[in-house]
Amino acid sequence: MANNSVDDIKPCFPLFGEPEYRENMKNKQDKYEERESMEKLEETFQWTTSAEYKELNFQREAVTINPAKACQPLGAVLCSLGFKGTLPYVHGSQGCVAYFRTYFNRHFKEPVACVSDSMTEDAAVFGGHKNMDAGLKNALALYKPEMIAVSTTCMAEVIGDDLHSFITNAKVKGHVPQDLPVPSAHTPSFVGSHTTGWDGMLEGIIRYFTLDKHESAVVGSNGKINLVPGFETYLGNYRILKRYMEEMDVPYTLLSDPSEVLDTPADGEYRMYVGGTELEDVKDTPNAIDTLLLQPWSLTKTKKYLKDTWQQPISEINPPMGLKWTDEYLMKVSQLSGKPIPASIELERGRLVDMMTDSHSWLHGKRFSLYGDPDFVMGLTNFLLELGAEPVHVMSNNANKRWGKAMSKILKSSPYGQETEVHVGTDLWHFRSLVFDRKPDFMIGNSYGKFIQRDTKHKGLEHEVKLIRLGFPIFDRHHLHRMTTLGYEGAMYILTTLVNAVLEDLDSKTTGYGETDYNYDLVR
Amino acid sequence: MSVLTREEAQSLIEEVLEVYPEESKKDRLKHLTVNDPSITQSKKCITSNRKSLPGVMTIRGCAYAGSKGVVWGPIKDMIHISHGPVGCGQYSRAGRRNYYVGYTGVNAFGTMNFTSDFQERDVVFGGDKKLEKIVHECEALFPLMKGMSVQSECPIGLIGDDIEAVARKTSAAINKPVIPVRCEGFRGVSQSLGHHIANDAIRDWVLENRKDKMRETGPYDVAVIGDYNIGGDAWASRILLEEMGLNVVAQWSGDGTLAEMENTPAVKLNLIHCYRSMNYISRHMEAKYGIPWMEYNFFGPTKIAESLRKIAEQFDDKIKEGAEKVIAKYTPIMEGIIGKYRPRLEGKKVMLYVGGLRPRHVIGAYEDLGMEVVGTGYEFGHNDDYDRTIKEMGDSTLIYDDVTGYEFEKFVEKVQPDLVGSGIKEKYIFQKMGIPFRQMHSWDYSGPYHGYDGFAIFARDMDMTINNPCWDSFKAPWK
Ligand code: SF4
Ligand code: SF4
Repeated sequence: MANNSVDDIKPCFPLFGEPEYRENMKNKQDKYEERESMEKLEETFQWTTSAEYKELNFQREAVTINPAKACQPLGAVLCSLGFKGTLPYVHGSQGCVAYFRTYFNRHFKEPVACVSDSMTEDAAVFGGHKNMDAGLKNALALYKPEMIAVSTTCMAEVIGDDLHSFITNAKVKGHVPQDLPVPSAHTPSFVGSHTTGWDGMLEGIIRYFTLDKHESAVVGSNGKINLVPGFETYLGNYRILKRYMEEMDVPYTLLSDPSEVLDTPADGEYRMYVGGTELEDVKDTPNAIDTLLLQPWSLTKTKKYLKDTWQQPISEINPPMGLKWTDEYLMKVSQLSGKPIPASIELERGRLVDMMTDSHSWLHGKRFSLYGDPDFVMGLTNFLLELGAEPVHVMSNNANKRWGKAMSKILKSSPYGQETEVHVGTDLWHFRSLVFDRKPDFMIGNSYGKFIQRDTKHKGLEHEVKLIRLGFPIFDRHHLHRMTTLGYEGAMYILTTLVNAVLEDLDSKTTGYGETDYNYDLVR
Repeated sequence: MSVLTREEAQSLIEEVLEVYPEESKKDRLKHLTVNDPSITQSKKCITSNRKSLPGVMTIRGCAYAGSKGVVWGPIKDMIHISHGPVGCGQYSRAGRRNYYVGYTGVNAFGTMNFTSDFQERDVVFGGDKKLEKIVHECEALFPLMKGMSVQSECPIGLIGDDIEAVARKTSAAINKPVIPVRCEGFRGVSQSLGHHIANDAIRDWVLENRKDKMRETGPYDVAVIGDYNIGGDAWASRILLEEMGLNVVAQWSGDGTLAEMENTPAVKLNLIHCYRSMNYISRHMEAKYGIPWMEYNFFGPTKIAESLRKIAEQFDDKIKEGAEKVIAKYTPIMEGIIGKYRPRLEGKKVMLYVGGLRPRHVIGAYEDLGMEVVGTGYEFGHNDDYDRTIKEMGDSTLIYDDVTGYEFEKFVEKVQPDLVGSGIKEKYIFQKMGIPFRQMHSWDYSGPYHGYDGFAIFARDMDMTINNPCWDSFKAPWK
């Protein structure tokens, strides 16, 4: 029966597939929408999948369509959440903050605390000074943070508000106590992306706590290594970074650790602040042996500050993704700390290699197109090459030209990367043209790729490019953000995800009853 | 029956505000009230549509969200440019579940994100040239699009761009409407001004487009205004209106098209679901084209039947009979639904905090299930919304305007409702507190909730959430 009744309640799908609804929608289309004929639509669709269209698409200079990046303050908020008792505070328009919270809520399925100081038209004229005064005061009264970390929306940046003096004045006027840490970062959304916003906020926090300490710092005196994860959305990655350090018995400070606050239990209590990097530890960071920047392509501001002011070597390191870059990372930690890599980690490595041998026959020569943040894409590409897989397109919307060159160099040095195209600064509408043009076996990226999968499937099953979900944001699958993509453990997760996607796909293509009875195997 | 007495409720409000600094406390006090249904004018007891306090974790969004996210975004055959930096468009992409059917990227664009991705040079030198180029690039890549709108983000109004001039020029060049919308996020105090600005842009740039070439109207032509087709709401509504004999010739704006909007000045009646976001354009059409408008409510069988009859009264006997037939057809089906779910939900208390129409419109649907709404409030309501709400709510229930995260948590902690219906930003807070929660903006990825078919899903969803076993497992057994 078409209508919902107590024995058969259908939500959107399959309800709207019922004949009454289909007819109703068709009637609307035919009579009121002035929509083109199906032939015309089909013909135009096919044209959007053509080489000619791709060329036109790549001529674009002004419009961005389906970007694969977000804006700076989003990153600043994530960074702030990772410090103990810290309330992220965004100076500027309130709408942005509603969006940041929503975006993270949808990805992490967790509450995200963040305030704005709700600047409106009058603030646009007179500046947001008053908003900052009242905002800090209210935020402190209500939410009693140990630290308020301030970033900005584009509005505050366009009118040129001076954060530093606003905060200083708010303290002088007694709106918040002098000793309340209120670090800040300018995070204009018309510069960089969410990854650089993370970088800017961390630099702001480090600067706040260490500006007067770095000269008296004695490098190595606290015996620690500082780890900077960057805009990191896999909770497992924070955990594995900590686990490796603990297993190696190396003292460390993880600079921003939201893995607790973004993974609180359901036990009847809402915790707004939990876990996070201790503020005392931040003060101590200049005394560490070294600071490792684990998303080197996105942490340029932090790097510059550290290089210019701290005496640490700030050793260059690749993101610890895949086998070899994890090896390198661990060896670096070992070398810096003088601690050996323990048997437990070597065992884990061995298990990863064992998995690679087990699965290589399904992954060798498989062709992947991938997109995402610069360091993530580079790390993943490198791991794909280690698996004997062949990247077809490698794209980052928010990387720079130097990244493109470095990426090409890595690809050229591998027999599996000879045919790979590298794209920098392009968006997912470009990416759509790319996968129509040279079809990979799969694409890898965040949830937005699902629309591309749908389009390729519409061209015909043989053109379908399935999406493997790795990256940020992932809105349409549950709990994947809890997984790990760094270290050997992360490589195991990635490998498992990839190989099973390949096997699922093979199954889906060989379920033809009485037709493809071959290769629909029980044993693989 | 409220869970609190009037005095208890009043002292709860005062207690919650205790922590605020003095000036802020004074301000917030005006936005919180204990309901007295005998009051006819809400301005006597509550203040609304004022600036949010800085630093308090308001749940509100901005004018851009009201225009692009609510009013314009769902018009499917146009391209809506998020004009400015990359963020706003990205965060609002495809998150509201405004369903449509069409060839996405060919003649429909609803789940896509077009942005001018402002860089520093655009802020410094202005974005007008870029905007002009964008229009031409879109026309080249998407020749079947019917027109474009320019959804201004914060920087546009601050750097003095003349998007109106660009719109006129490019519109003439591509021979399609290009519509400038000044919905910069710093304007107004919430999404609400964005709705208004978006309505005005439709008035100024759309409604006159066809003047003499309007499609022919029949006596039963109506438009559905203010239904965003979340989870397919508008479809579950239009099917009833058509079943009773009306023709729904335009949907504003869920699954809507430019042609439908342009043809609306020829309809006989405008039916408004979300009054807040589209009363402006309805009033305008009344003044200018003499089209009457009326509000209706398609949540829950009681309100649906009431609304169907009220709508039918505007027409002849044929339609009145049609309405009775529809009601007669669905009533036994609804009795079946209520027969099953009411016993499972009877007496359960709900607290709401939502947007445009839902803080009052869904009350009847809950009551159909034997549930009671003991607190409600609007993110961006005005006093005309509260006027309508006071009557729907029971005596001594809580009403909170632009509630802060802090207040909402405290209210819920104290009242301990069996269900909270609000948005994604609140969802996980309350779930962790052990309070069953439904997102009442996105229908928590379910829906539709409008119409008779929608009510069945609504009832099922409320039951599944309130009565799911997960809520009993919060305490470790050894504790
Ligand atoms: S407040 Fe401004 S910058 Fe923020 S989301 Fe709204 S329009 Fe965009
Ligand atoms: S781009 Fe600007 S207005 Fe938009 S969300 Fe980012 S900071 Fe806010």
